[in-house]
Amino acid sequence: MPTTQERAYVGASGRVPEGGRLVVDVGEKTIGIFRVQGRLYAWQNICAHQGGPVCQGKMIPRVTEVIDPGGESHGFAFDESHPHIVCPWHGFEYDIQTGVHPGRPAAQLIRVAVEESEDGIYVTV
Amino acid sequence: MGTTKTLSGTAAAREHPVQQITTRTDSREILANARRDIARYHLDDYFIVDVDAHHVEFDSWAEILDHLENPVLRHNAKAMTQDWPRARQLAFSNHPVGLTFQDVFGRIPHQAELGEDVEKTDEHRDLTLIRRAMDSLGIKMQVVFPQPMLEMGLHPEPDIVTAITFAYNRWFARTILPRERRVRTLLSLPFHDADASMKTIREFGETPGVVGFMVTSQRHTGVHRNVYMRIYRELEERGLPLAFHAGPSWGDHMTTTMNRFLSVHSMSFVTCNMTHMTNWIVNGLPERFPKLKVIWIESGLAWVPFMMQRLDHEYLMRQSDAPLLRRLPSEYIAEMYFTSQPLEVTMPRMLEATFQAVRAETQLMYSSDWPHWDFDVPARIAGLPFLSEQAKRNILGENARRVFRL
Ligand code: FES
Repeated sequence: MPTTQERAYVGASGRVPEGGRLVVDVGEKTIGIFRVQGRLYAWQNICAHQGGPVCQGKMIPRVTEVIDPGGESHGFAFDESHPHIVCPWHGFEYDIQTGVHPGRPAAQLIRVAVEESEDGIYVTV
Repeated sequence: MGTTKTLSGTAAAREHPVQQITTRTDSREILANARRDIARYHLDDYFIVDVDAHHVEFDSWAEILDHLENPVLRHNAKAMTQDWPRARQLAFSNHPVGLTFQDVFGRIPHQAELGEDVEKTDEHRDLTLIRRAMDSLGIKMQVVFPQPMLEMGLHPEPDIVTAITFAYNRWFARTILPRERRVRTLLSLPFHDADASMKTIREFGETPGVVGFMVTSQRHTGVHRNVYMRIYRELEERGLPLAFHAGPSWGDHMTTTMNRFLSVHSMSFVTCNMTHMTNWIVNGLPERFPKLKVIWIESGLAWVPFMMQRLDHEYLMRQSDAPLLRRLPSEYIAEMYFTSQPLEVTMPRMLEATFQAVRAETQLMYSSDWPHWDFDVPARIAGLPFLSEQAKRNILGENARRVFRL
């Protein structure tokens, strides 16, 4: 079945501040738009696990574990350079910039084209 | 939304009313994506029975404590709730530390609380929440259990366990069951006390909505001990199933070595049922109670092929240890019933083989485990490529209809 794409105006750039998110509905689709280090990323609100509303989840940096050269653990740390979006249904975490689950590359979010121009943000779905 | 505009040839994006799902979000919003599955898989056309879901009994704890029969225990529990601010929803319970790890520290809000608004009516709040979830998931009928009470088998004081179990059962049978025919339950037995368990079966065995009885699997007892045989006989004669409902423990010999709840949950939710199943089979209980329907709840399915192979392997060399058996352990296990959640799906070929091993078409019953952090939507079953249409119907509801005579 041929698919038709829609371009939708989201709003002024300020609607998605640095480190923030805006969840919008375009027709039947729900999309999460995120800004990380100035760049916008947009993903469909459908988790690769069981289809949960991933974009409405908690935003939190990736958790890492500090291991010294001898192999000993020194506990958890946040990696602020890798913000995650966490699906609220069961906790699948995705790197907001790549849409990929850090432990299972095949678990990916569905990318939505997003562009920013003088008059604001557009998505194409 | 502040500034929206539609350009020619350009659609408008509307700000979604809920930007972030929290503990205050309406269940219907949390589960909105599941409603899409209803259309996609034509789930409205199925009789879907969810054999394991939960309500939050601590929200009604004061009402439940009012049902304590013994006046001294009732006084003691109520005094705790009145004087200890943090005991209002905990008095006499056995709420272990691990349970508060389940939401992955704020990542899965519905596990921590369904704190949404409900209209103020005479209806019990829990029923409103249960209906919201059932309707969002396309579920026609739900077997509802409590949550922290599943840990009562590890409570240090057996008399309190018996008293609280009766109080909860009476509260549920009087307050929840009569108001909603779509809600059913397997009431908890105060299993450590065989007399009290018999009394429970006799008191509630014919209560509308009670479709059987349940043993909370986290407990340190051998289910083969003679004292329990009259419980099994009573249930067999009444045609009522006996379920073993798994739960977590961070306090046993294995899990006390573990530092992450991931490890504790992966193991203890299964090892408790592995233990009881082993005792059940090796002691020949299927031979002693051949008509008793036994259901294993909330351990997933991946453990079952392991148990089948392991017990078969050892039994053949040590037949004299299990003299009541006349067939392989796996053949008895294949006649038991299992609920589906949490369905381990990462290895599809092994999942398919597991379905064959447990004879899923007749023995497996869908369960959501809503609102727990690892719940499964009905599409988990409806979307499996290797199942026939009839197998899906059976697993999603027809097997439960038969087992529970719905
Ligand atoms: S649906 Fe997103 S984690 Fe399960």
